[in-house]
Amino acid sequence: MKTPEFTHSLSDLAPGESATIVSIQTDDALRQRLLALGFRAGKHIEVIRRASFSGPLQVRIGTTDILLRRQEAAKITVNKP
Amino acid sequence: MKRIALLGMPNTGKSTLFNRMTGGAARVGNWPGITVDLLSGHILLGGDMVEIIDLPGIYDIHGFSEDEQVVRHFLHDNIPDLAVVVLNATQIERQLSLLLQLRQYNLNMVVLLNMADEAKKFGITIDAAKMTEALGIPIFLMSAKYGNGYQDAVHAIGKALRYNTPGMAENLRSQLEPETHIEEEMSRVLDHAVQVPARLPDNLTAQLDRLMLHPLLGLPIFFGIMYLLFQGIFFFGQPLQSAVGDFFNWLRELLLAPALSSLPPVIQGLLLDGIYNGVATVSAFIPIIVLFFLFMAIVEDTGYLSRAAFLMDALMSRLGLDGRSFVMLLMGFGCNVPALMGTRVMRSRSLRLLSMLVIPFSLCSARLQVFVFISAALFAPGSAALAVFSLYLFSFASAILTALIFKRHFQNNEPFVLELPPYRFPTLRQMWLRGWHEVYHFVHRASKFIILGVVFVWLLTHLPTSATPAGPDTWAGHVGAWLHPLFEPIGISAELTIALIFGFVAKEIVIGSLAVIYGLGGHALSHALAIQLDWVQAYSFMLFTLIYTPCLSTVATLRSESKSIRFTLLSLVWSLALAWLTSLAFYQGARALGY
Ligand SMILES: Nc1nc2c(ncn2[C@@H]2O[C@H](COP(=O)(O)OP(=O)(O)OP(=O)(O)O)[C@@H](O)[C@H]2O)c(=O)[nH]1
Ligand SMILES: [Mg+2]
Repeated sequence: MKTPEFTHSLSDLAPGESATIVSIQTDDALRQRLLALGFRAGKHIEVIRRASFSGPLQVRIGTTDILLRRQEAAKITVNKP
Repeated sequence: MKRIALLGMPNTGKSTLFNRMTGGAARVGNWPGITVDLLSGHILLGGDMVEIIDLPGIYDIHGFSEDEQVVRHFLHDNIPDLAVVVLNATQIERQLSLLLQLRQYNLNMVVLLNMADEAKKFGITIDAAKMTEALGIPIFLMSAKYGNGYQDAVHAIGKALRYNTPGMAENLRSQLEPETHIEEEMSRVLDHAVQVPARLPDNLTAQLDRLMLHPLLGLPIFFGIMYLLFQGIFFFGQPLQSAVGDFFNWLRELLLAPALSSLPPVIQGLLLDGIYNGVATVSAFIPIIVLFFLFMAIVEDTGYLSRAAFLMDALMSRLGLDGRSFVMLLMGFGCNVPALMGTRVMRSRSLRLLSMLVIPFSLCSARLQVFVFISAALFAPGSAALAVFSLYLFSFASAILTALIFKRHFQNNEPFVLELPPYRFPTLRQMWLRGWHEVYHFVHRASKFIILGVVFVWLLTHLPTSATPAGPDTWAGHVGAWLHPLFEPIGISAELTIALIFGFVAKEIVIGSLAVIYGLGGHALSHALAIQLDWVQAYSFMLFTLIYTPCLSTVATLRSESKSIRFTLLSLVWSLALAWLTSLAFYQGARALGY
C-alpha cells in the first residue's frame, strides 16, 4: 500500500524533520552547485537547525552538512512522509 | 618537465597533500576556498624532477566563480601529464560526480580518497580495489594529514606518470554526459564498493555545534571567543614584544654603539638611530606575529569560520553581504590581501566588490602591532588591552557603515549555499608551518621596504643637516607644516603625520618611523610617546591608522582583483575620508567633553 505523501518546500521543514528531495527549481548555476553538494531527486534530507533572525538553515544530506538561506531552500521541493 | 595537477572539490585536502609532497607551505584551512590561485612546487619522483600544481577546488567542471575559472584556464592552457584527483572519502557519495565529469576529458588520472582517517571514524567502508575495477582508474585510500597510505599513493603517482593511461579515449565522451547518466554511473560504482551507515553516529561535531550554533548563545559565544583570543594575544604577546625590544636596545648600547663610534656622526645616526632603531623596533613584533598566526591557524583549521558564516549571515544579508563576506573580514584580521583574494569564491561581481570595499577595514596583524605598542605606552596596564579590543569594534563598525552606505550601488542576489565541514584540529606540524611561513613573510617585508622606509624617514627628519633633527626646519617638518591644517583638527602632530604618510606603504613602518623620528627604541620610545601625547591624541591617531588605506599591497590587490581603477580609487578616497571624519568626531568630541 502506498503511504500518503505531502509536497512541501524545504524552507517549511522544522529542525529535526526530514524528507525526500523531489525537485530543484533554480537557475542553472545554482542547480549545478546544489547537484555537486548532493542535492539530487530521491535523496534523503534532514533539517538540523535554523539560524536566528531568519538566518540560514543547516541541512544534512548523507554525510554532508550544508548551510543555505531560506530563499534558496524555498526553491527545493521535498516530500514529507 | 612533467606536470602533475591536483584537482578536486574544495576542502578535500589538496593543499595538505601538496605540502606533504613538496614540503611547501601552501595555506591550509578547514574552509572551502582557502586556495584561490595556482601554486606550484617541484619534487624528485622516480629520478625525474616533476612539477606539482595545487589548484583551487572546483565543485563541477561548469563552475562560474573566479576561483573555478582559474582551474578551467589552467587546464585549457596546459594539459597536465597527470591529474591527481583528490576526493573526500567521507563524502564519496556526492564527490564521485566530479570524478565522473573529469573522466570525460581524456586525462591521465590517479584518484586519492583522502581523509581515510575520518571515513573510518564515521564507519564508512570503501573498497578501493573494487572501485578501481568499476571505473578503470587507479584509486587509493589515504590521509594527507596523518600520512596513512601516502607511500602507496606516491608510488602509484610515479607509475601513472611513467605509463600514461588515458581515461576515456572515445570521442563520444568529449560531449558532456547528461546528469542522469552520471547519476546512474554513480550508483553503479557506489553500490558496488562503498558502505555508509544510514545515520551518522552522534559525534563530537554534532555535540559542539549544539552549543556553538545555539540560537541564543551562538553569537555571545562567538564574541566571547574573539574577545578571549585578542586578550590572549595582548596578554602574552605584549610583554614578549617589549622584552625583545629592550634586548635590542641593550645590544645597541653594549655592542653596536661602541663598534661604530669611530664613524662620522651623520653615518652613525643613520645606521643606529635610523636603520637599527627602526628595524629593531619592528622586529620586536615577531613573537606577536607568531602567536597571532598560531591562533589564526587554529581558528581556521577548526572549521569555526563556517560556523561564523552561519551565525552572521542574517545580519550580513541586511547589509547586502553574506556569511562568506563576514568570514573574509575575519580572515582579514591576519592580512587583508588573502582575504581580498578569498572573495573569488563569490559569483556575483557586485557582491564581490562590496565585500572588497569592506575588507580593508579589517584590523590586520600589521595594524595590531601599532595598536599594541601605542596602547601599552599610553594606557594603564588594565585598560590597554581594552583599548585594542575597542579598535576591533571600530573595525567592524567601519565595515558595517560602509556596507550600509554603498549596498544600494552594489545590489546582488547571489545565493548563499555553503558546506559546513566537521570540526578538525591542526597538527603541530601544520601550526608550525603556518607560523614559520608568516615569520618568513614578515622578515621578507622587513628586509625590503621596511628598511627602505626607515631610511627615508631618517633622511626626511635629519636633512638638511643644519636643522635640529625632527624639528620644524627639516624636510619632514615642512611636509608636516604643510599638512598641518588637515591634521591639527584631529590632534595629530607633525611627527605623527610623517609616520602616517609612510604607513601608507605598510603599517609596520609606522612604529619604525616613530623610532627613527624620536631616535629611540623599546621602552625609551614608549616613554617619549607618553610624554608627547595624551590618550585622546593617541586614540585619534590609532583610529586614523585603523581606517585609512592599510598598505600598498592591499591597494595593488584591490586593483588586480577588481580590474577597475575607478573602484580602487573609490576605496582609497572613501577610507581616507572615513578615517579623517571618525578621528575628527572622536577628537573634537573628547575635547568638548573636557578630556
Ligand atoms: N582528518 C583529516 N583532515 C584532513 C586531511 N587532509 C586534509 N585535512 C584537513 O582538511 C581541511 C582542508 O584541507 P586543505 O588542504 O586546505 O584542502 P584544499 O583541498 O586545499 O581546500 P581548498 O583550497 O579550499 O580547495 C584542513 O582542515 C585540513 O587540515 C586528512 O587526511 N584527514
Ligand atoms: Mg587548497
